[in-house]
Amino acid sequence: MSKIRSFKGGMHPEYDGKELTAGCSVVDAPLFEKYYVILAENAGRPPKPCVAKGDKVCKYQQIAEADGFVSAHLHAPVSGTVEGIVEVPGPMGGNVQAVVIASDGEERGEPPFECWENWQEKSGGELMTRIREAGIVGMGGAAFPSHVKLSVPPGKKVDTLIINGAECEPYLTADHRLMAELPRKIVIGAAIMGKIINVSNIVIGVEENKPDAIAALEAACAGTSVRVQVLAARYPQGAEKQLIYAVTGRSVPSGGLPFDAGCVVQNTGSAAAVYDAVLLGIPLIERVVTVSGEAVKRPGNFRLRIGTPVIEAVKLAGGITEEPGKLILGGPMMGFAQRSFDVPIAKNTSGVLLLPPGRALNFSSAPCIRCGRCVEVCPMKLTPCLLCAAIEGGRFDLALKGHVMDCLECGACAYVCPSRRPLVQQFRRAKSELRKKK
Amino acid sequence: MEMITGALLLMGITGTLLGVIIALFARFFKTDSDARVELVQELLPGANCGGCGKAGCADFAKSVVAGENPPSRCPVSSQEQINAIALALGISADSGVRKRAVVRCGGDMLQTKERLNYNGVCDCNAAAMVAGGPKGCRYGCLGMGSCANVCPFGAIEIVNNLALVHRELCVGCGKCAEVCPRSVIALVPADAEIHVYCNSPEKGAEKRKQCKVGCIGCRKCAKYSPEQFVISGTLASVNYEAASLPGEEDVEKIQCPTGALLSAREHHYIETHDPNWKKEEK
Amino acid sequence: MLEKMSDTIPEEMKLPTGSKLVLSSSPHVSASETLRKIMVKVIAALLPVAAAGVWLFGFRALLVIAVTVLSCVGAEALWCKLAKKSVSGALGDFSAVVTGVILALNLPATVPFYVPVIGAFLAIWLGKQVFGGLGSNPFNPAVVARVGLLIALPAAMTIWSPPRGMDKNYPQAEVFFGASMMEKVKAGDLDGVTCATPLGLMTDTRKIVHTGDSKELEAKAARNFDKVNSPELLKKYFWGVRPGCIGETCVPALLLGLAVLLFFRLVNWRVPLCFAGSTFLFAGVIHFFFPGVTPPALFHLLTGGLLIGAIFMATDMVTSPVTNWGCVLFGTGCGIITAVIRIWGNYPEGVSFAILLMNALVPFIDRLCTRSVFGSRAQGEEKK
Repeated sequence: MSKIRSFKGGMHPEYDGKELTAGCSVVDAPLFEKYYVILAENAGRPPKPCVAKGDKVCKYQQIAEADGFVSAHLHAPVSGTVEGIVEVPGPMGGNVQAVVIASDGEERGEPPFECWENWQEKSGGELMTRIREAGIVGMGGAAFPSHVKLSVPPGKKVDTLIINGAECEPYLTADHRLMAELPRKIVIGAAIMGKIINVSNIVIGVEENKPDAIAALEAACAGTSVRVQVLAARYPQGAEKQLIYAVTGRSVPSGGLPFDAGCVVQNTGSAAAVYDAVLLGIPLIERVVTVSGEAVKRPGNFRLRIGTPVIEAVKLAGGITEEPGKLILGGPMMGFAQRSFDVPIAKNTSGVLLLPPGRALNFSSAPCIRCGRCVEVCPMKLTPCLLCAAIEGGRFDLALKGHVMDCLECGACAYVCPSRRPLVQQFRRAKSELRKKK
Repeated sequence: MEMITGALLLMGITGTLLGVIIALFARFFKTDSDARVELVQELLPGANCGGCGKAGCADFAKSVVAGENPPSRCPVSSQEQINAIALALGISADSGVRKRAVVRCGGDMLQTKERLNYNGVCDCNAAAMVAGGPKGCRYGCLGMGSCANVCPFGAIEIVNNLALVHRELCVGCGKCAEVCPRSVIALVPADAEIHVYCNSPEKGAEKRKQCKVGCIGCRKCAKYSPEQFVISGTLASVNYEAASLPGEEDVEKIQCPTGALLSAREHHYIETHDPNWKKEEK
Repeated sequence: MLEKMSDTIPEEMKLPTGSKLVLSSSPHVSASETLRKIMVKVIAALLPVAAAGVWLFGFRALLVIAVTVLSCVGAEALWCKLAKKSVSGALGDFSAVVTGVILALNLPATVPFYVPVIGAFLAIWLGKQVFGGLGSNPFNPAVVARVGLLIALPAAMTIWSPPRGMDKNYPQAEVFFGASMMEKVKAGDLDGVTCATPLGLMTDTRKIVHTGDSKELEAKAARNFDKVNSPELLKKYFWGVRPGCIGETCVPALLLGLAVLLFFRLVNWRVPLCFAGSTFLFAGVIHFFFPGVTPPALFHLLTGGLLIGAIFMATDMVTSPVTNWGCVLFGTGCGIITAVIRIWGNYPEGVSFAILLMNALVPFIDRLCTRSVFGSRAQGEEKK
């Protein structure tokens, strides 16, 4: 095992909540009555639905077509009847359009693509088309379509593919379990993506607090060009720029993309989905989701179809122990608070967290005492306390000069703030104001 | 005595010297300014509100003299003042329609049925980014006062999480409408007295779930006067382009079943204008 | 293969209604540190210093501390009452207590009780609340009060009583006590006895030198400096057996306080290090070249309020820079100004003035010492 690497700054949460689910094997979810497949779930343009109310669909059938390059196809998670396209609460807040499919319980449907056991013989272009057809997106963060991330712009030289298995968010163990249980899928998925962008240096970055996943991956890596890099358990190790720095020592320039540092970063879930698409011929219709939090009766990891309503996931986890004070989709550091339990699981929903009222962070208007903790932890080396003061005073120009646009919104600053100031929200506000002005 | 004379002398000499220096500077570093610009600036109200789209009154005065803007672009000046400016410059004073802001929402704390706990920055734009804000209705006023903060005239007051416009103070500069993330605030002709205080295009039943005073699109107002009201979907609004705008007496006559149609005066007392609501609350 | 939902879920399962859901921006969890905890930890770090002060200067020191803290809390409560702010909210963070303790430790034990009361109002009202309360004050409130008192009530602020263990056998006792007091001390009657501080003696000597400019006077000054700088005296200074403010004398207690602060990560170590270090170096260099101008560096380090200033006053979070390089600059600036005032200034002590001056520069330092943002430097740098 090589040296443990890390980026500079950041912090390790006092309580990371991972022990709630770290030992819980992934459980396949049963069929539910209805699925709400959100159209606008990928970053970029939402796909156009290609089914209408009353249509019978098979499992795996394409139900929405990518609209342009930065967009991803959607496939039916179950066989059944399309009940229409309705507005549902979206995971990012606000209402979004979703295709409602009522399951008929028959699970009709064959894998729509040819199984390529001999994927080594296929060309990069063919593999890329398959990934695109299968509607694979980044399953960790913003759901950026994977084929876009794999399209290296002309003029950029890429020599490293990094598979992001850091999973630095507290509470979440979905990627951890996936890596520990299906390491072969991830390694082969990584190798396929490596072939597409034609790089031989393929690294899976995993935080040191997942020894079983590291061991499993290392065993699966034997005989391939893929290797495992152990990373320090520090938040936000899984942030793209920080991960690239930790693995390669290169810095992505301010405002740049991973390509600018010669890297492509993909999520472990996406790597597994690539394996499914290429070797098994099935599109992305399910993912591993951690259902956790102190308000959940039996926290665990579940393989849920895309479009499963959150309330069903909560039922799977045995219901609640007390009325939750917060429902979060994603991790507790960067996830989104939800207003209702009707929100469906999307391709990038890595966790469903139910925190009791006392556990959740309660922002206050206490003054900043300039303790400098935020400055210490900021992985982008910003000065959050001064930025926040500038934004509160309406000085968005000063915030711009202070590089607020480089903020990752990782939340490390607000996590350590002893005054519980809503720093990240201020930065998001400033970013949206500044974008408007542009 | 000596001290006093000494001090006086010293002060006198210093003062004279400085005066001479200032005079010299004023003479040698003089910048030519257009007398007309100064004149226009003097005639302008000097509020520096930015409602005209310029950085301030001085900037606006320059643009008026340069002919880029008509004097009537100033939202603050009265018609007489605009006429005066036009007369001074020898141009015609076109009479722009005076505007005023109206918050098209009546959903304050008591009228909104569905409310969520919001915890964070007290700013509408920031709140709108968090799961669409604390109110059930996604089209109504968030009531965090972003508009009140930008209003240069202090014309907006937040009462019970609802923005209320003080008509006598509002000059229609439009800054509030610009900053509102929900586009609840509209600029309407200043002499319009009654408005439909609802901005939600949702279905009537949905609206009733969220709010007591949402317009349900019953068409009662449009039946009363098809010229003065327009209905789009389930949302009625006053037709501000109509030849004659409806007045306060029409509110009585129309008897809007939800109370979304109000006079601007009544909007300030929205929580008390129908006694039945309070009973329901208890 | 797959079961229907209804078969697996027991009837009595509790499901959420969503009635308590809170909407807020990410992050949704936080560290356990709070404002109040920070202040309590600072108070804990101040405790050994206060205890040493009480042991050295007696029960009256405890009274001074109590009066100062109570007045500070009272001043804060009164302000909040007048400004119609929440009194419990302002007192709940214990910042007034911290200010009170630090101010008390910067007063002589003999001070009349009206002085800490005035000081408390200076600190809380003039030093903090007029700027908008905690977090908005540009100057350290305790330092504002100390400087205010020093300028307004110099007589009350410079009457020093001998600490425990300082009697007729004290090295150079007659220099510290002066002829008239020495007799009382010899008689064993220490009531009402006052004495000079080492820095005070240093300044007096310096003023002799300033009266004329001859080799003779300079040599005399150097001899005088030697008198207050003997190794056995330095040892006494180290243990705190010297006249001075309640909290400034006992070096081991101050270092213990620093250790507590560092353990809880409440201060940036660069500030105290650069502060004390730069005074030490600056005075050392001056002494090396002009021994008649100032005593050696170690004397400067162990006397006066340098250490309490460097450890507790300059490190105040609100009024010190937030970046590491800013802290270096700030500490060094404080240290050099302190040394300059001590060596050439009219006051024997310059720590408080130095801190105030540098406090005023903090916004500027913050702007000067911004960090280069991640990725803003040359791209593609490889880690070795």
